[in-house]
Amino acid sequence: MTALAQSFADVSAPDLAAAEPAALHHQVAQFLYLEARLADTHDYDGWEALWTDDAIYWVPANGDDTDPEKEMSVLYDNRSRIGVRIRQLKTGRRHTQTPRSELARVISNIEVAEVRGSEVDVRANVLIYEDNLRGDTLWAARNVYRLRMVDGAFRLVRKKIALVNNNKPIYTLSFLV
Amino acid sequence: MPHAAVSEAAASAGARDYHALIEPARINSRLYYDPAIFQEELEKIWYKTWVYVGHTSEIPNKNDYVTKSIGPMPVLMVRDKDGEVRLLLNKCPHRGNQLCAYQKGNRTSFTCPYHSWTFSNTGDLMGYALPDGYEGQSKAGLNLGKVPRIAVYRGFVFGSMAEEGISIEEHLGGAKAALDQLLDNSPTGELELTAGFLQHRTKANWKFMLENETDGYHPGFVHGSVFQVTSSGIGSLYGADSTALTRDYGNGHTEFDLRPEWRKNDKPLQWFGTTPERLPDYVKSMNAAYGEERARQIMIDGSPHVMIFPNLFIAEIQIFVLQPVAVDETIQHVTAVQFKGAPDINRRLRQQTMGSVGPAGLLLADDTEMYERNHRGAQILDPEWLVLSRGLHRERLDENGFRIAHSTDETPQRGIWRHYLNLMTEAR
Ligand code: FES
Ligand SMILES: [Fe+2]
Repeated sequence: MTALAQSFADVSAPDLAAAEPAALHHQVAQFLYLEARLADTHDYDGWEALWTDDAIYWVPANGDDTDPEKEMSVLYDNRSRIGVRIRQLKTGRRHTQTPRSELARVISNIEVAEVRGSEVDVRANVLIYEDNLRGDTLWAARNVYRLRMVDGAFRLVRKKIALVNNNKPIYTLSFLV
Repeated sequence: MPHAAVSEAAASAGARDYHALIEPARINSRLYYDPAIFQEELEKIWYKTWVYVGHTSEIPNKNDYVTKSIGPMPVLMVRDKDGEVRLLLNKCPHRGNQLCAYQKGNRTSFTCPYHSWTFSNTGDLMGYALPDGYEGQSKAGLNLGKVPRIAVYRGFVFGSMAEEGISIEEHLGGAKAALDQLLDNSPTGELELTAGFLQHRTKANWKFMLENETDGYHPGFVHGSVFQVTSSGIGSLYGADSTALTRDYGNGHTEFDLRPEWRKNDKPLQWFGTTPERLPDYVKSMNAAYGEERARQIMIDGSPHVMIFPNLFIAEIQIFVLQPVAVDETIQHVTAVQFKGAPDINRRLRQQTMGSVGPAGLLLADDTEMYERNHRGAQILDPEWLVLSRGLHRERLDENGFRIAHSTDETPQRGIWRHYLNLMTEAR
């Protein structure tokens, strides 16, 4: 259990609004770095374990304020489809990831946007450098995360990856973004 | 050797001998990577034959427009102020500026940002800034360029850059039945392509996509990972015992026909991996529209898997539009099939489409990986010739006279190249 979690009177229902802002920001950043590292290193099980059961993993297309229930998105996974995606990667026959992309991503401009009970909404910018058989690709996105503190640690409830060029043709996006 | 010198000179002058590159069951790798061949394809295919542009449901209201394309060239598909569908070229006739910079919108006129010439959405020049500079001059001939021929078949808008040529009916031929089959699955007989397109950038020649769309040999291998982790059970459709067929409709149109399998199993909506109980509203509206018996047959046969040459691919539940932008670059535009008046099935159509196609799709990301490896492989010099002989011995004609063969046979690919050879060698 983290120091932040220990600071709450009731650990089972933490009120993040009561947390010291700098400590909360630090804890959020640590979580985003962890998630980034698991994705960069293709630690599929570790990455999948971050998600809550009500997860939404979303890469919109044609803008960042579309309605994913009505319009096409590059990726719009609930928890069960995240599971299928991970299992496919683990077959070893997901050809677009065989060999795997080499990845390094940088996350910055982390802002805590809103705090509600045990949940926090976070904005961050990300640059991802991908190298694969085709060549090098640089991906840039404004991400929005919803994290929930569960049993003293953050879990991922929602992740929206708003690629800045999502209204243009984009190359295959088959790594964990 | 004077003879060789002559033929080389002829080749550089554009008179390439396509008969020397295309044989009935093998083709030369050069066809995929030679930039000069790509240029000639633009002239002899993309800027000549019928090309799919868009669907009328993308511009439902008067003055709606969307930016579409014919090959690398952008085209504005417009519903003008009288409700007529038009295909305008996005080039200002003054000094050639790109006129409209937006994907879609609603407007009665377009004003060029450079010197402010203004055009109505019929393409006519309405006026220019500081008109005193054109005193005594006529506006005739200063309208926007147009796609010379436009044809709408049940909402599908096709354009041809040739002033003359065969009709759309003649072009579609037998493949028209596949479009009808798709629309039969709609309780209103209509589509509503309103979910927006994904654009998948692909570093490969467009013909790899054209050929693969009806290739029934690859799914068991390229998509084996999906069959393994989902309980779809569709893997067997691509096996040796499958009764599914490949078909060559002629004119470059090809099909992967799963109806024999669905009819054998006789289960409505099995083609969509579901049952009538799970889509009660859709089934009810289908019964009301067609009567129970006919509706049941439609829901058993399902939606087609057909590649309309050169760029419209109906993959049961998706509409793909192939757009070549360079010899080694193609954009796959894709959206979910949406049936007008069928919200419950439409939701599932969108969800399945988002899961399977586009840049992150469980299926198409792997197909696209193959396209890009195809393109890199093709440039290796030896062997020069690629083999399309699968199933030659069991090819036969169906009751309508179209070539058919086993689901894994290369009958569609041979048909595509037969048509391609005709187009590339046709007298101008
Ligand atoms: S180029 Fe369009 S007005 Fe001059
Ligand atoms: Fe495929």
